[in-house]
Amino acid sequence: MASTAEKYKSDGSLAGNALEWFDARFPAMTLYKEHLSEYYAPKNFNFWYFFGSLALLVLVNQIVTGIFLVMHYKPDAALNASGVPVAFASVEYIMRDVPLGWIIRYMHSTGASAFFVVVYLHMFRGMLYGSYRKPRELIWLFGIGIFLCLMAEAFFGYLLPWGQMSFWGAQVIVNLFSAIPLIGPDLSVFIRGDFVVSDATLNRFFSFHVIAIPLVLLGLVAAHLIALHEVGSNNPDGVEIKKHKNEKGIPLDGIPFHPYYTLKDMVGVVVFLAVFAVVICFMPEFGGYFLEWNNFIPADPLKTPPHIAPVWYFTPFYSLLRAVTYPLLGIDAKFWGVVAMGGGVVIMALLPWLDRSPVKSIRYRGKVYKTMLSIWVVSFLILGFLGTKPPSYTFFGVIPGAPVAQILSVFYFMYFITMPWWSKSDKCKPEPERVTG
Amino acid sequence: MKKLLVALLFAPLLALASGEELHLDKAPDRSNDQAALQNGAKLFVNYCLGCHSASYMRYNRLKDIGLSEQQIKDNLLFTADKTGELMRIGMQREDAKVWFGAAPPDLTVIARARASEFGTGPDWLYTYLRGFYRDTSRPSGWNNTVFANVGMPHALWELQGVQELGDEHKLTLVKPGKLKPEEYDAAVADLVGFLKYMGEPMSELRKTLGWIVLAALAVLFVFTYALKREYWKDVH
Repeated sequence: MASTAEKYKSDGSLAGNALEWFDARFPAMTLYKEHLSEYYAPKNFNFWYFFGSLALLVLVNQIVTGIFLVMHYKPDAALNASGVPVAFASVEYIMRDVPLGWIIRYMHSTGASAFFVVVYLHMFRGMLYGSYRKPRELIWLFGIGIFLCLMAEAFFGYLLPWGQMSFWGAQVIVNLFSAIPLIGPDLSVFIRGDFVVSDATLNRFFSFHVIAIPLVLLGLVAAHLIALHEVGSNNPDGVEIKKHKNEKGIPLDGIPFHPYYTLKDMVGVVVFLAVFAVVICFMPEFGGYFLEWNNFIPADPLKTPPHIAPVWYFTPFYSLLRAVTYPLLGIDAKFWGVVAMGGGVVIMALLPWLDRSPVKSIRYRGKVYKTMLSIWVVSFLILGFLGTKPPSYTFFGVIPGAPVAQILSVFYFMYFITMPWWSKSDKCKPEPERVTG
Repeated sequence: MKKLLVALLFAPLLALASGEELHLDKAPDRSNDQAALQNGAKLFVNYCLGCHSASYMRYNRLKDIGLSEQQIKDNLLFTADKTGELMRIGMQREDAKVWFGAAPPDLTVIARARASEFGTGPDWLYTYLRGFYRDTSRPSGWNNTVFANVGMPHALWELQGVQELGDEHKLTLVKPGKLKPEEYDAAVADLVGFLKYMGEPMSELRKTLGWIVLAALAVLFVFTYALKREYWKDVH
């Protein structure tokens, strides 16, 4: 950031003059240098470091496709002449009558799942290399904020196609709020704007989905990036590259983000787009996980589906919710389930302070950390799997799923709660002075 | 340790095999067979479109399956005046509820809605439309092996004839219809093929497009990767 004060000097060409005029009135060159050409990132980023820029790409995809969808979608629960809700029919109108509408819609629906894939991998990267540790706690907190917004955005958006799963999923989740003592029942009516999920609910969820949450999300993404560029990126070795600088103040192990990482991320983008295209063009429903089968049936408030499953990205937390079956302090078990579900997300925000290991990266951590993280990851995945199944599910027809989910839920939380002790006492390897490539 | 973790990761996939079963026959694929899809369209407008709408579908979309505007007008346009109209029906939903117990659902995307862990939507429909049997305890006189106590009577009975459910859950044809059993199966396959097409009319296009996009991305990959390598040569 040494050269921030320098203003652009024209070389006499028309474009040069225009840029000089512009830069004299707006910090264009300063921003460009601070965030791209003179933002020094560690040179040893590996596979896991693609997912931050990919998350940004998916965000842009969701916004652009979303803008076009809103031009044709109608948030209206009234029945049309054929007895189909207008909202549901408008989605099929987009799929059939709007030129290229089906591509835009599939890009948006697949993008929602892709967003969670890349964000989960991005967060896991942070856990692998201790990216949340000092001085990057605030980046992590902004990130958790982004994750919460993303969950809200997905939840509100999922109601809009007004299919059976849209309707009953929203019904189940909003009903959870009624378990809060005293204010619960009134609160759930306040959220729905009605006594059941209805046209009022659909319209407010539409508003939240297209305006309120995206605004907050964009603000948090900006804050996430500004905070990152203030302290600099972590890397797979978990050592600070700013400790070793050359005479110009440039980190010895740092390389300018542009062109090095912009070009490297381009390669990641092309690979990602290939996977994205395979899903959109060959398996847009992704076996019922990205577009649930039941959601091709219009919402029917009088017909409860036998099994209501949230979309895959919510299922680990849905399992935490269902795992609590015991009423505590005279309050409904459902309330404690909600606490467990919310707590499962919020407890991740505490990671920077729970982790007391002398090293950041998994490369130099001891056996205890590696074992604990592995158990946590497996718990998370199996909880996610069980969340897609009814509570009566059994593994191989013998091992009941419900108690397994309860045990794994305990693991999930114990990982965080006990972390201050085992992370500190774990036998770590010495960190290198410089990055190892 | 690693092996154990890998085994744990795959355990949920193996476990999928457990649970209750619904046996479905595999629906023959008709996706690229225009004659079959046209026959399916004919069966659909003759036997289904009286009670079921396909209200997201326009008649002129059937040009997709090789029909001309005039052919559509002459042969299929029973419920509308113009080929640009949606495939709606005249039956009132309130009346239908009284007659059948439930209003017949719109069938435009039924082939997508009926998919489950037991098979694709077309598999379900193919089994369902061949699974009607005589049941005097039902108001309509019909029941179904896939959809128990269904409200719909056997709309295709004049083609299939009458089946009865035997002791070992086996269906036997007690009164033949206009078509021989294998002809009936083929006709149902055509109809189901049409329902599948109608559920997602662009599905063949998107697959074709998929290969083009992948080819373009493969070329792009070569260039972006080469460019990245060129720039990264001086990073040690």
